[in-house]
Amino acid sequence: MKKISKTTRSNLITYAMVVAAFVIMQILSVTGHVSNSLAGQLVPICVYICMAVSLNLTVGILGELSLGHAGFMSVGAFTGVVVAMSIQSAPGPVRLILAIVIGGIMAGIAGVIVGVPVLRLRGDYLAIVTLAFGEIIKNLLNNIYVGVDSHGLHFSMKDTASLNLDNGTILINGPMGAPGIEKLSTFVAGFILVLIVLTVTLNLIRSRSGRAIMAIRDNRIAAESVGINITKYKLMAFVTSAVLAGMSGALYAMNYSSILPKKFDFNTSILVLVFVVLGGMGNIRGSIIAATVLTILPEALRALNDYRMLIYAVVLILVMLVTNNPILKNGWTLVKEKLAFWRKKTPETAAEGGGVHEQ
Amino acid sequence: MSSKYIEVPSNAMLLERDIDKSPVLETMHLGIDFGGLTAVDEFNLTIGRTEIVGLIGPNGAGKTTVFNLLTKVYQPTRGTILLNGKETSGMNTVQVNKAGIARTFQNIRLFSALSVEDNVKIGLHNSMDAGMFSGILRLPRHWKNERVAHDRALELLSIFDMVDLANHQAGSLPYGAQRRLEIVRALATNPSLLLLDEPAAGMNPSETAELMENIRKIRDTFQIAVMLIEHDMNLVMGICEGIAVLNYGKIIAKGTPEEIQNNPQVIEAYLGKQKEG
Ligand SMILES: Nc1ncnc2c1ncn2[C@@H]1O[C@H](COP(=O)(O)OP(=O)(O)O)[C@@H](O)[C@H]1O
Ligand SMILES: [Mg+2]
Repeated sequence: MKKISKTTRSNLITYAMVVAAFVIMQILSVTGHVSNSLAGQLVPICVYICMAVSLNLTVGILGELSLGHAGFMSVGAFTGVVVAMSIQSAPGPVRLILAIVIGGIMAGIAGVIVGVPVLRLRGDYLAIVTLAFGEIIKNLLNNIYVGVDSHGLHFSMKDTASLNLDNGTILINGPMGAPGIEKLSTFVAGFILVLIVLTVTLNLIRSRSGRAIMAIRDNRIAAESVGINITKYKLMAFVTSAVLAGMSGALYAMNYSSILPKKFDFNTSILVLVFVVLGGMGNIRGSIIAATVLTILPEALRALNDYRMLIYAVVLILVMLVTNNPILKNGWTLVKEKLAFWRKKTPETAAEGGGVHEQ
Repeated sequence: MSSKYIEVPSNAMLLERDIDKSPVLETMHLGIDFGGLTAVDEFNLTIGRTEIVGLIGPNGAGKTTVFNLLTKVYQPTRGTILLNGKETSGMNTVQVNKAGIARTFQNIRLFSALSVEDNVKIGLHNSMDAGMFSGILRLPRHWKNERVAHDRALELLSIFDMVDLANHQAGSLPYGAQRRLEIVRALATNPSLLLLDEPAAGMNPSETAELMENIRKIRDTFQIAVMLIEHDMNLVMGICEGIAVLNYGKIIAKGTPEEIQNNPQVIEAYLGKQKEG
């Protein structure tokens, strides 16, 4: 029998962990042991797991800092709402699947638009551009009005009146967000999406393309010297990451009766980045654990009131110690380096050949 | 193997055994300026199909810069490079590698978080064809690619007896092994010209002796040309058939090891100082 490799074993453990957690939650909820507040968090936990895993693809695997992951989530969320609400005759699961798929595609397109100009450049410009992207998407959505009636979809950038709806419904109402969403998301759907995101990410990492992506992260000049097309693989990782975030966004939106554009702001992007950094750069299982624990925790601690933030802080430190591996440390260095870059952009680091003087 | 040099019409020297084959590399008037500094100038060199060439000279002479010019890390300020008879002026680093030049780095540049085997597989990147979707969906093409790449990677690693290290993290290897891995990774790209930048740096004498044997073995089995930068004169004089000496960016001498060792200008500029230091 062939010996299974360390990575294969590690991946199997990750899948087993996710499946076990799902089965346990299902049993607990059937037997009535799940509190209402936790039940309400099951879908968001799945969403944040997907968000963290997908961001880890950009930050941990590709080694580029992204500060606007919530922007892609937002594109997926509002696209998903429009899709699901404009095909009301179809069965619920079909609407949800279409919402997630098209939400992912639209986020992917946004990823291409952001990625193509930025990832061709040599410097670390992605952080600042994704930061801007997140803000731009938020402001754009504050000014988008979408409605549907018997004639089809209507768009406007002005107000609901100019949609000229013929007895239809408003799907997106500018700063008021999407007002009348049907809750189509379920824990099962969330679980399936987690498995999909996990499979896509883990399979990509352990393939020819994934190796090329990690080669760029580890040593860009060496990667070029063995014939790897830097822009292509950077774009591949970044756009895949955006698609997965868009899919998560659609699942997220379809879990509520209404959502606002401002839900997907800088804070959300940073929250997801915290999951990634705490779970460990490039450590997919770590992202899953960090996203789960840190999503449940604030709710779970509500009863403790005064001590809530104290315990939250202690847990943060514990998570950091538990996952305190070299990867995590590299992660912090990366974040710090990239942040330092656009705080004080020195001529050496800005110059094209700056880093390659001594080869 | 015969190592007699014969003059060819273009004024260059080629080994007798390479004379019927077109040269791997020809540079004409190659040069680069960094601002006011002329780092390399009038660099003319012809390398035969299966030749082992040494590039020596004092620190700062411009040796690494020559490698960076050939691999298009830097775009030349002037001159021409013919690689396998084709001009490389419009090419970038990636295209030059695809066209046949692979290299190692003076400051080791491995994919240090990845395994030894993965480092070699990354070198095999362009000999594989599975796209992103084959990988994500685990299509047959992915598995076939992986099988072939795995076997090939181990085969290449066996040149340096490194098969046992295949699953080790590249960054955790001892210095000498890292240098050897860089050579294997470069070889994996199936080059016709292999550039080695100080391959013996940091190696002990027995490792260096082994390296010499292996460089020769690589040339013999793959029938490729090798150009190496090295300060270890035992290695250079031991395996190089032709040597070019660089000083202040200019070639001050070209010839066989004996000719170079007895060239007063070379002794003055480099070899003499080497002995003192
Ligand atoms: N990117 C660069 N910018 C400015 N000067 C450079 C650059 N790369 C190399 N040089 C200069 O070119 C000269 C040759 O350097 P190098 O090729 O590294 O020498 P060596 O022969 O030791 O390998 C040195 O004076 C070095 O400072
Ligand atoms: Mg050098």
